[in-house]
Amino acid sequence: MKKICLTVVGMYFMLLHAFSQVTQDSASYKPRKLKLDEVDLVSSYYTQNGDHSAVRGGIGSEKVTDLANGLELKWVNWDAHQRKNTLTAGIGIDHHTAASQAWISKTGASHRTDGLRIYPSLDWTRENEQKGTSFSLGAYYSNEFNYKSVGLNAGATKKTKNNGELGLKLSAYLDQVRLIYPSEFEPASAYLGPGGGERKHPDYGSTPRQTYTASFSFTQIINTRLQAAFLLDLVEQHGYLGLPFHRVYFTDATDSVEKLPSQRFKLPLGFRLNYFLGDRIILRSYYRYYVDDWGLRSHTASLEAPVKLTPFFSVTPFYRYYVQTAVNYFAPYEQHVKTDAYYTSNYALSAFTSNFFGAGIRLAPPKGILDTHLSTLEIRYGHYTQTTDLVSDVISLNLQFK
Amino acid sequence: MKTTILLSGCLAFLIAGTMTACSSVKEYQKSRINDSEMTLSNRKAEKNELNFQSYREGASGANGGKTGGGCGCN
Repeated sequence: MKKICLTVVGMYFMLLHAFSQVTQDSASYKPRKLKLDEVDLVSSYYTQNGDHSAVRGGIGSEKVTDLANGLELKWVNWDAHQRKNTLTAGIGIDHHTAASQAWISKTGASHRTDGLRIYPSLDWTRENEQKGTSFSLGAYYSNEFNYKSVGLNAGATKKTKNNGELGLKLSAYLDQVRLIYPSEFEPASAYLGPGGGERKHPDYGSTPRQTYTASFSFTQIINTRLQAAFLLDLVEQHGYLGLPFHRVYFTDATDSVEKLPSQRFKLPLGFRLNYFLGDRIILRSYYRYYVDDWGLRSHTASLEAPVKLTPFFSVTPFYRYYVQTAVNYFAPYEQHVKTDAYYTSNYALSAFTSNFFGAGIRLAPPKGILDTHLSTLEIRYGHYTQTTDLVSDVISLNLQFK
Repeated sequence: MKTTILLSGCLAFLIAGTMTACSSVKEYQKSRINDSEMTLSNRKAEKNELNFQSYREGASGANGGKTGGGCGCN
């Protein structure tokens, strides 16, 4: 918590300094030069506990903590054709600790039980307000000790005549999974140097994973209080889709590394419906049906109800229910047989239901908080439980500067 | 699987058709629709909630978030 506070306070002063160089524009002025329009800072602290670690084949501590900090800067300008250009640059830094990492060694003696992930992103959008169209391009990179990911995306939207909007986004993630095996399966070649000598730090090698997504969306204003969105993703994955340090224990008590098919097709279908009830309450609902060709099916339903205590201050209780079936290749500790073609004891792929509930507060006065550039302050807390006994808590803070 | 895809396509077409038949709302009637709490997207403060859910659960997507990238293996 001390880390969160120090990070947030440091970034707050940095952002105040950045905005203090900019003069306030009138509402109608449309800048031709790129102008810093919005800065978002999101910090989260996540903690979890459970007793079904995939590293130990479905048993052992799943204790994890994760401190995530993200900064997003948005610049805007209008070109000679009155098209709005938005450039968004983001960077995220997560630091996690995980008890299960110690068990990559058979004896639980691995020294590395924490890690850092850094993930910058860059997005550009051109919006033609007269035609009601927009076009966007984006790039994303993520780097952590055992995983690298490069993402590219392109999207377009088109407004319809009746207050609707159609959207299409194509994304590709080209990942590299570092082949860190449990110590009993670590290949001797990992320690062989180029000249045949011994390496001090092993070279694990890596293997690719690709994810291609086509996302379709359709949003519609239905009346003065009701609007809806329909979302459909088609997701195709290829390559190494398991993780090399996830163990599986067979019925004869011998172990191996989890083995999953090298292809997966996912089809999630989502529907949002937001309704302004009276003058103070908003109902934000969401439902998703998901199916994939590994045999997993799931339903997700959530409801948020922001209550406006004043026009600029709201309190939001929320609840989310989730249920899924297991993939065809899941079995618990020591329940797989060696003749199985594929096997995993990762409980994220088992059958379970989960409940997530909590509340948030949001403060967004029109002239900024205490007449500063801090335009929005939002804090959310949620408590999550799974029927696998996994329990987690997450607290998030969003500061927006304009 | 093919049946599911076909049914999804039909459902999408049906919903899109139903929605486009809605009565038009004028700009001056959109004060509630334009309220910041009415947006049809996730809150920024939800970003890490969606991240951990996609790692701890088998399903992901159709919520405007990422559908790949990042290990989430701890």
